[in-house]
Amino acid sequence: MSVSTTAVGKRYPPTVYAVGREKIREYAMAVGETNPLHHDVEAARAAGYADLVAPPMFCVVYCAPALGPGLFDPEVGIDFARMVHGGQQFRWGPLVVAGDEITTAVSVTSISEDGGRRYFVFESVSTNQAGDTVCVGTWTNIVRGA
Amino acid sequence: MSETDFTPGAALPELKVTPDRFLTVRYAGASGDFNPIHIDEEFAKQVGLPGRILHGLWTMAQVARAQTEAAGGPHALKALEVQFRGMGVPEAEVTVTSTVREVSAGIASVDTVAEQNGAAIIRNATAELAVG
Repeated sequence: MSVSTTAVGKRYPPTVYAVGREKIREYAMAVGETNPLHHDVEAARAAGYADLVAPPMFCVVYCAPALGPGLFDPEVGIDFARMVHGGQQFRWGPLVVAGDEITTAVSVTSISEDGGRRYFVFESVSTNQAGDTVCVGTWTNIVRGA
Repeated sequence: MSETDFTPGAALPELKVTPDRFLTVRYAGASGDFNPIHIDEEFAKQVGLPGRILHGLWTMAQVARAQTEAAGGPHALKALEVQFRGMGVPEAEVTVTSTVREVSAGIASVDTVAEQNGAAIIRNATAELAVG
């Protein structure tokens, strides 16, 4: 049975994530980031930032609420029991700091099948309150052959 | 600015980190990814895994950290692309190695890989670092 591609191009409602200091600290601790920019407000300000700086990979935190609807969309049709995270790409703009409000919009980029594997690719575009694009993500999920 | 050598062929400093037994629980809380294959030993075994496995995005964060530490801060990391292969596990050392491929217009393209127990768990990864 070939994979349905009717969901390609589909867009999901944008989500807004308010970036908090303690969430940045919690995330930085979990991934082993020791740079004071992620922990010490005074150090961040001394370096010219408005507040604590989020590590670039913090994008997974502010993108997560926007990704759920696509991953669980029956029209996309991902079989979670067989899904693995195949690949990931991020391109970053200005750094995100505590106090930012990040809007993320997700769309289905492609759905394809190759050698019994199904590839589901989503794109996320995240912008801050000033309208700067802070992160564009390409999320590739692979569903192993049924 | 960092003192790292960003000429083509140069190796960036290696990053070594051993995720402790409860790392996946802390990362689940920090990231919001509570998939039980990462935090529930019995569930992981029921679905055919050797036990709880690392979050791929945690491992990607280690690859990112190796780049930002080499380049002098988070501002330098402009892009990162990875492929996940195999699976990482807690309580075993992860090593990130990185080699500069080329430098053009102040951007270093870096080939990088994360290995554990002798196998790549992230491969074909490329970072773009502002080094100008």
